[in-house]
Amino acid sequence: MKKSSLIGIVVIAIAIAVIVSTSSSASSYVTFDEAYTLSENGKSGSIHVVGELKKNSGGQIVGVQPSSDMLTVEFILVDENQKEQKVFLNSPMPSDLLNSEKVVVIGGYKNDRFMADKVLLKCPSKYEETSL
Amino acid sequence: MNPQTINLAIGNAGHIFVIISFVASILATYAYGKAAVNNEIGKDSWVSFGRKIFIAHGVAVIAAAVTLFLIIYNHNFEYHYAWSHSSVNLAVHYMIACFWEGQEGSFLIWTLWNALLGFVLIGTNKKWEAPVMTVFALVQVFLTSMILGIVIGDFKLGSSPFILLRDVLSDARFLINPNFVPEDGTGLNPLLQNYWMVIHPPMTFLGFSLTLVPFSFCIAGLWRKDFTDWIRPALPWTIFGGVILGTAIIMGGYWAYETLNFGGYWNWDPVENAVYVPWLVLIASMHTMIVFKKSETALKTSIVLVISTFLLILYATFLTRSGILGNASVHSFTDLGLSGQLLVYLFVFLIGAIALAAIRWKHIPTSEKEASTYSREFWIFIGALTLCLMAFQVIVPTSFPVFNSIIEAFGGISSLAQPANQVEFYSQWQLWFAIAIALLSGTGQFFFWQKMDKEKLKSALALPIIVSLLLSALIFTTAKIYNPVYIAILVAGVYSIVSNSNILINLFRSRSYKLTGGSVAHIGIAMILLGIMFSEGYSRVLSKNLTRKISNDLTEEQNNNMVILFLNDPKPVAGYQLLYKSEGLSARGIPGYIKKSFLAETNDPHYKVAIQPIIQEGIKYAALGDTLYFRTPENTYHEVEYTSMSSGKKFTLYPRTQKNENMGQTIVSPDIKKQWNRDIYTYVALSNDFEDEFTQWSEKEIIKVDSIGQRFFINDYVAIYNGFERIPSVPFANLSPKDVAVRANITVFAEGGNNYTLQPLYVIQDNFERKRTLMNQEIASRLTFESINPQDGSVQFGIQTTQKDYIIIQSLEKPQINILWIGTIIMIIGFIIATRRRYIEFVKMRDKGFA
Repeated sequence: MKKSSLIGIVVIAIAIAVIVSTSSSASSYVTFDEAYTLSENGKSGSIHVVGELKKNSGGQIVGVQPSSDMLTVEFILVDENQKEQKVFLNSPMPSDLLNSEKVVVIGGYKNDRFMADKVLLKCPSKYEETSL
Repeated sequence: MNPQTINLAIGNAGHIFVIISFVASILATYAYGKAAVNNEIGKDSWVSFGRKIFIAHGVAVIAAAVTLFLIIYNHNFEYHYAWSHSSVNLAVHYMIACFWEGQEGSFLIWTLWNALLGFVLIGTNKKWEAPVMTVFALVQVFLTSMILGIVIGDFKLGSSPFILLRDVLSDARFLINPNFVPEDGTGLNPLLQNYWMVIHPPMTFLGFSLTLVPFSFCIAGLWRKDFTDWIRPALPWTIFGGVILGTAIIMGGYWAYETLNFGGYWNWDPVENAVYVPWLVLIASMHTMIVFKKSETALKTSIVLVISTFLLILYATFLTRSGILGNASVHSFTDLGLSGQLLVYLFVFLIGAIALAAIRWKHIPTSEKEASTYSREFWIFIGALTLCLMAFQVIVPTSFPVFNSIIEAFGGISSLAQPANQVEFYSQWQLWFAIAIALLSGTGQFFFWQKMDKEKLKSALALPIIVSLLLSALIFTTAKIYNPVYIAILVAGVYSIVSNSNILINLFRSRSYKLTGGSVAHIGIAMILLGIMFSEGYSRVLSKNLTRKISNDLTEEQNNNMVILFLNDPKPVAGYQLLYKSEGLSARGIPGYIKKSFLAETNDPHYKVAIQPIIQEGIKYAALGDTLYFRTPENTYHEVEYTSMSSGKKFTLYPRTQKNENMGQTIVSPDIKKQWNRDIYTYVALSNDFEDEFTQWSEKEIIKVDSIGQRFFINDYVAIYNGFERIPSVPFANLSPKDVAVRANITVFAEGGNNYTLQPLYVIQDNFERKRTLMNQEIASRLTFESINPQDGSVQFGIQTTQKDYIIIQSLEKPQINILWIGTIIMIIGFIIATRRRYIEFVKMRDKGFA
């Protein structure tokens, strides 16, 4: 075999490996129900769920509870299908959690509880400012 | 100056400069294109016309940039750009950063660099001027169109930086007074108020601009069927682009390390990736171009890679500016509705360049002979291939948002998200590629300088291999590196350094200093690799909190990487006593940080009154009652003292939090203690805010104090009552002569010999009592002046207490990170030596009439 064809095969093999590894590590945005099914099927981490914090009828956020030592926090997230889910976050409450419009939790179900490894917040940004 | 007048002239001037530059770039494209077709050089009519027009274009671009800067500098808040990116209280050097905070300004700086590079190329080239400048001028047509801001019906071409605020915002105040000018702007994003943000963006855009130079030469070569000659003039620019873009990337990483709190310098954020990918391909193209110069092979590869680099820059621009990345990135610009225009720009060059290359493809000379395994061509080619695979691995997941959009455009549903653990995902691939690069860069150098066969290679490689294995063994036993992957990186990196040093020494011996660029740059790259391996692979959380419960509801225990520090309450952490001492602000003209408890608010957050003399390092800077100016009152610095438990040595870090109302979010920045062998990186994950709803205050306790000098307790701190006095005015109410305002003076003795003055107020206005709650965070107490008994002069205070002030911090150790920064500097030096060498070669040949 010519050396150049050998190199070509190696390159294609690596490229395929890259694509396979990418598609297997890619996560996707799902609802809590889908996330639960995914966890049942053995995928326990790195699931993205988008939602909003639970609010009472007066529009106030409810269910945000920092632990007594402040190092962790739990809160209730409502996903697109209006399903409520208690989320546990193993780090201090992000300072802007209460100001956020949308919350993305990244994690998975462990023993029927949603454990978030990471939380991304979508805050009202100054760039969308349309008034003086 | 009356602030209610609008300076229309300056914006109109800026807009006209942009229009002139746009029209001139179209004319220059045409004129240079004509000249190129006619093979004109020097003083021929079309080429000299094109030159004049291009210079006019460049001057107009410079004028537009100056105009925009003046609008920002003069606080012309009637202009949207100044209003939304700057503010009165912004330091002058950050006004430069305002310039490129917005999309329009960053397009302008990019256009400006292109224009200046165009000037240099006009000055240094003869036969290549016309075709190269045609491509340049065409790019400028697209770039200036981005900031044109012309609206025809529903069609909007570009977004002008010279647009008036009243044309952007619909606000009632403009209806009442069209000449209304806001007194202040909304300010620069506090994350960008960093000196690196003054230099990193223009470096990045200069890097972007520099990729246009080899691209233009390549297109010119294909166009004119001069397939080989373009490489010589293009090569120094490729190398220079490599160093500028590489430095810009690392500067961005350093900024992220110092300013963001994700705990590292590289986060595989889509915007970082969008620049990293073209840089890798640029470096690959640089190597194949060097091979071509040596041996007339790899021409087609060079053409493909040079074109790819430029197209990847356009793709990166599209990713970061079309808004397609959305929430996937920390950087991303807002969508200005330029996506369509950006796509046209991308596709014109994508289709144009590919079509041209395809038409010319079979005419491009190739060398038929297969490169021998013992030839430098073979090894450099493998290296370039590895770089391209590295780029491929990064660009696929970075393009997820694009894939999602394309699938959705065809009616499908796609919700691919970045891998949750980006750093791990990318690193597991990139590190193996990096090992390959290190080995190739070490070995390739031997092939580069002499002809090799099996025997020669063995003797040349024997010494470096033995030395690097011994060195690696020494390092991994002393540094206790047992991870096999890291051992592989270590061996590869050390091998690259040793073998390139070997070459370097030989070049020094033969006094060929000018040729040392390659080996110096390779040593730098290998050091960067080792620095990354140590600082990231062995990054250690110092503030580890082992096995604790996440919540009372949960039974499992998990590690937590944070510790809580209560004010004045030392806590042992990884061999240090950590002590949270105070929360401070930075005042103009006063070194260090002033405790918040020493300051009283005024109506303007930028001005605060000292309620205690301000003494820093033994010098008195302000007396009681002095008003101090704070440029950035939203920045709070938390004083955290580290005391080594073994040596007793102390150092203090001031991690920062920014509570920014404009941004609607709190921003956290670390402070870093630099030691020769490591950095200690500390940031505040959460700081206590006594004003927030989670603070639970005790029931109010009423204390009666009978006489001056009496001692009592506030939250277990000893306090002395020093009497009260009548004061003429209070900040929160307008008092009439009948009203009464009284201020009590209390001194509290807190930890560490700190005394605080508390001055609660008691006001009777229109026969009503008005009590103000005074909060002191150092003693976690609220105080009210409840009443005065006129009979015996006794007073009553109401006291509420809460949990002491605290911060939650994370502390990380980054070992040997300095190897990374030193490696960067060495790499830059190597690139500059190489650029100089290739430029001199080009000048020599040009002066002989070859270019």
